[in-house]
Amino acid sequence: MRGRFSWFNATSIGLGFAFLYIPILLLVIYSFNESKLVTVWGGWSTKWYAGLLDNEGLMNAAWVTLRVALLSATIATVLGTLAAIVLVRMGRFPGRTLFSGMIFAPLVMPEVITGLSLLLLFVAIGFDRGFWTVTVAHVTFSMCYAAVVVQARLFDFDKSVEEAAMDLGATPVKTFFEVTLPIIAPSVISAWLLSFTLSLDDLVIASFATGPGATTLPMKIYSQVRLGVTPEINAISTLMIGVVTLGVLVASYTTKRAAARQRRETRAVDAGAA
Amino acid sequence: MRRWSVIAVPYFWLLLFFLVPFIIVLKISLSDVATAIPPYIPVLDFSQGLSGISDFFAELDFENYAFVFSDELYVSAYWSSLKIAALSTFFTLIIAYPIAYGMARAPREWQPTLVMLVILPFWTSFLIRVYAWMGILKKEGLLNLLLMNLGLIDEPLTILNTNTAVYIGIAYSYLPFMILPLYASLEKISPALLEAAEDLGSRPWRAFWQVTFPLSIPGVVAGCFLVFIPAVGEFVIPDLLGGSETLMIGKTLWNEFFNNRDWPVSSAVAVILLLVLVIPIVLFQRNQQKQREAGA
Repeated sequence: MRGRFSWFNATSIGLGFAFLYIPILLLVIYSFNESKLVTVWGGWSTKWYAGLLDNEGLMNAAWVTLRVALLSATIATVLGTLAAIVLVRMGRFPGRTLFSGMIFAPLVMPEVITGLSLLLLFVAIGFDRGFWTVTVAHVTFSMCYAAVVVQARLFDFDKSVEEAAMDLGATPVKTFFEVTLPIIAPSVISAWLLSFTLSLDDLVIASFATGPGATTLPMKIYSQVRLGVTPEINAISTLMIGVVTLGVLVASYTTKRAAARQRRETRAVDAGAA
Repeated sequence: MRRWSVIAVPYFWLLLFFLVPFIIVLKISLSDVATAIPPYIPVLDFSQGLSGISDFFAELDFENYAFVFSDELYVSAYWSSLKIAALSTFFTLIIAYPIAYGMARAPREWQPTLVMLVILPFWTSFLIRVYAWMGILKKEGLLNLLLMNLGLIDEPLTILNTNTAVYIGIAYSYLPFMILPLYASLEKISPALLEAAEDLGSRPWRAFWQVTFPLSIPGVVAGCFLVFIPAVGEFVIPDLLGGSETLMIGKTLWNEFFNNRDWPVSSAVAVILLLVLVIPIVLFQRNQQKQREAGA
């Protein structure tokens, strides 16, 4: 029964995937529409894409968003990896319950509350809002996602490899960089990618945390979307979908290859030992 | 020594940017509104010494909470958020179940690809996915165009800016959160169990309700929590797809903060929302714990 699809299963998968993908597909198709009206097909055209380049506000927002995403994803991955190590490898320490609570709470926290509370903090300590406050806000929630992703990998890898390295005289720092990090690398890459897209997508938290001069792309899109559906937004959305899809495909391809290489090496070592 | 520095860095980051902000929200929710920057009093003033601190505590009161509870708008916004989230969770479950079932029964070698195809849309921007539905659901939108061309309707339906659009938006945006836990629990069910039920004369429909569905309940519960909890505080979907009839607390909080600029009341709204969500969050954590223990 596992060899092929039954008609029922094939139909439900087909309908489900149609539901998931048709809205995105329509959005992409209509970004190439010559006509300004969404429902009237006026033939193929790329004029809305050309128009994007002249839209200075949009280009600035895209640039801010990209810088925030690169920086916050990198910091969040470092902090998240540290947090995962603390949760999995550090055993008990005073304040551990609070720590794991603070890692998991942001995952279920409504965005409006996270955003509001961060804004109130920035106002209370008199920090000028802008690029840096958005970055800090994004680091704070993405590091929790990053910690969960890396933690899952740390849980199921063999601790004896690390112990062997330390028995052979490697310092804990050297062990981390030469043994642990290469093994958990695929999950660290996924964590970075997840943090990057979370930052790229975020509207609510950035709206609270930002100040004059640091408008992000989602904020720009949101303010235009509220006025209605236009082909320009379809075009910029299509570009964002393209970039993210490409990134995910490349990442999954490289992590798959890395995993395959790791398996080959392990097999070679096992064969050598036998 | 090194151990402590590894712990300290993420710990202090979260203390400073997650816990302290909450304490500030709590404090401001107990303060009075002022026409200054920041627009609330009292502000903790250490330069006044002890009297500054005692003034600070003397000024705190529950006025904002009393206001939120006495105002019909807020109370009904909380109720309607819970109702909309519960209904959307139910619709999401109904849509997700057949998909997850089909995936779990698909040929083995297909399953990783199917899982990846479910996750892929999740990587594209939430805002963009919601926006995509605006073009489909609006009065001159693609759905009405299709239905009219098929001759199913004569007049365009009003879907955008109603609660129906919000249900569709939530079900669509959170579908992967429902499919994945369902798939995980359905995939574990051995086909031998169903074959046994069939051999004992059970019809497929009956076998489903007596064998498959009960065994998939952990996935159903996990999926429902994963959709319900974020849906309650949702802002983007009710704002873009909902209409004036759509009352949701995330949107109310946003308006209170950005349009009315009443920081103390929006803080009180946030604290109450959190208290409302604590129950499902704790239930969810307990459920996950139980699953982990059962699995181990």
